[in-house]
Amino acid sequence: MAPGSALILVETAVAIDAIGVSKVFKGSGQDEVRALDHVSVAIRENEFFTLLGPSGCGKTTLLRLIAGFEFPSAGEIRLYGEDIALLPPYKRPVNTVFQNYALFPHMTVAENIGFGLEMLGRGRDEISARVSEMLRLVQMQDLRDRKTSQISGGQQQRVALARALAPKPKVLLLDEPLSALDFKLRKDMQIELKRLQHETGITFIFVTHDQEEALTMSDRIAVMNKGRILQVGNPRDIYERPQERFVANFIGDTNMLQAKVLKSKGDHATLQLDNGLKLDASLPDGFVAKDKVTAAVRPEHAQLVRTGGALTGLISNIVFFGTDTHFHLQLRDGAPFVVRQQNATLAPTGFVVGQTVGVTLTPNALRVLKD
Amino acid sequence: MTRAEQVAKEFRATDIRQRWLLSAPSLFIIFCAAIGPLLVVLLYSFMVKGDYGDVKYWQFSGLGWFEVFFQRDIFDETVTLADAHLNIFGRSLLLATVTTAITFALGFPTAYFIATRPERWRNIWLFLITIPFWTNILIRTFAIQETIRNEGVINGALMAWGVIDQPLQIMYTNTAILMGMTYVFLPLMVLPVYAALEKMDFRLVEAGYDLYATRGRVLRRIILPLTKSGIIAGSILVFIPALGAYVTPRVLGGGKNMMLGNLIELQFGQGRNWPLGAALSITLLVIVTLALLVYVRNASKSGAGHGH
Repeated sequence: MAPGSALILVETAVAIDAIGVSKVFKGSGQDEVRALDHVSVAIRENEFFTLLGPSGCGKTTLLRLIAGFEFPSAGEIRLYGEDIALLPPYKRPVNTVFQNYALFPHMTVAENIGFGLEMLGRGRDEISARVSEMLRLVQMQDLRDRKTSQISGGQQQRVALARALAPKPKVLLLDEPLSALDFKLRKDMQIELKRLQHETGITFIFVTHDQEEALTMSDRIAVMNKGRILQVGNPRDIYERPQERFVANFIGDTNMLQAKVLKSKGDHATLQLDNGLKLDASLPDGFVAKDKVTAAVRPEHAQLVRTGGALTGLISNIVFFGTDTHFHLQLRDGAPFVVRQQNATLAPTGFVVGQTVGVTLTPNALRVLKD
Repeated sequence: MTRAEQVAKEFRATDIRQRWLLSAPSLFIIFCAAIGPLLVVLLYSFMVKGDYGDVKYWQFSGLGWFEVFFQRDIFDETVTLADAHLNIFGRSLLLATVTTAITFALGFPTAYFIATRPERWRNIWLFLITIPFWTNILIRTFAIQETIRNEGVINGALMAWGVIDQPLQIMYTNTAILMGMTYVFLPLMVLPVYAALEKMDFRLVEAGYDLYATRGRVLRRIILPLTKSGIIAGSILVFIPALGAYVTPRVLGGGKNMMLGNLIELQFGQGRNWPLGAALSITLLVIVTLALLVYVRNASKSGAGHGH
């Protein structure tokens, strides 16, 4: 997708519209678990949409509500305007790729892929043609008549994808489908999934707890925690303009600074750090003015200098990462701070552990967070 | 032969000798408990019957086997098919098959119910299922009799509510035998089916629903094929003892509704015809073996490959 196409996206149709959805699981006795708490989100047509969050945040519950395996305690789930919240899963034009694939072990690869079409009552020839098309799409033509127990994990993954795509669902749901694969295969499948989404033009809703996976694959990401959606936006938005402390912490590494708000105007404010230094920072949406705030800055938006700089700290550790080097500092007030510097030159950095250094910040990199 | 080859050969010989030595105890038990007695029964079936039971040793005759299938008229010596025996074979096969079908129809939902309970409840349910096993089969059969006899619980209740004027004759019918055998053998169906269901991955059921399969189709295309091994095991465990059942038809079926087990007992007891009894026993064994072969072959054919 070309950069700058965001404007066009806004105008496309909404595929899945969740409105005020709650899900309460009744435990044994009195305890209830509120897995989803008034969640509203609009997922657009032909979008690669990711639900990102730690385990237990409600992302899988939301997916299962869309699939029809659970029914919401409150709220509506609309598929192209039609409320499907209470339809059984076999009446929804939505298919799922399961975390452990859930391939039918008593059927061949082809029978698995054709199962959905067969249940829809399609003719033999149509099913056979579509199965061949799907096998070609996931590059598995040679394994058509294998039992699913006779193929590798990565191949099972492809069959699961082909099976879910074969009935041409309006929305494809993917429940952490890459978590069982090893690192190399996972990287390949990330690219493969993007390609499949592009080629089929189907809306993908992808659930993951892996922030890197979410950033690299998604058109938009919804960050979830404790049954709520905290922020929805494209990867750049989520990474560079986190609204809340949780989002900033969960995605990438973040340095937190305590500061006072001197004055604020629109979405900008002037902060005063504890050492008295004044800095400009951007404000989150709907920021309510208050005295003490937390401001965040990414490690790559800070640079070490020998003298001067906005902050002063002591280098406590230097970690070499190949592409870049992490400097762990201890600031004057004792707070930890990390600076990430790219190893752009082959020369040594010239900094040593125990050295007192200054830190400068990239302009506009400092962001106030909601707690 | 080189030295190495010789050592290798000796090693192999010792290995084989030790293997036989180690398996000797189990082979001995298998022979004494299974093959030996069977050979004795086979031998008895070919001997001449004794006047007061037993057999006349080492006097051979095919009469025992002849009488399994044919009867000779006492007056004019004409040979006809032994209708009574064939009827009993037929009834035994029918009742055993129907019992297997009913225990499956009742046992599968029961096993499914247990397998879908929370884990800590499953053991309690299984425990409840096995409680009848604690009682002697005779007592259990009399309990059924108490329920279905003319003055029993069912007839008493129906008459008290005015549904019927005359008690229903359930005792001494095939229905009574079926009810008794179903009750007695039901746990033998539930347990292996439960074991198979419990191992099944229920996410496959969700995958089925997700791919537009309705409840009935998920059951037929996914759950049943995946629990086939348990269903086969349960059916075998019910069918075999049902075919040779003795206590249940004796108590609930009376003298007219004999099954194979009763017929065999009759020959060794009042009938004083041990060779016939032995021949009938072997016949029962053959029927069971054939029935199992046919069943297992059919069962593994259907469901396994639903190919296109």
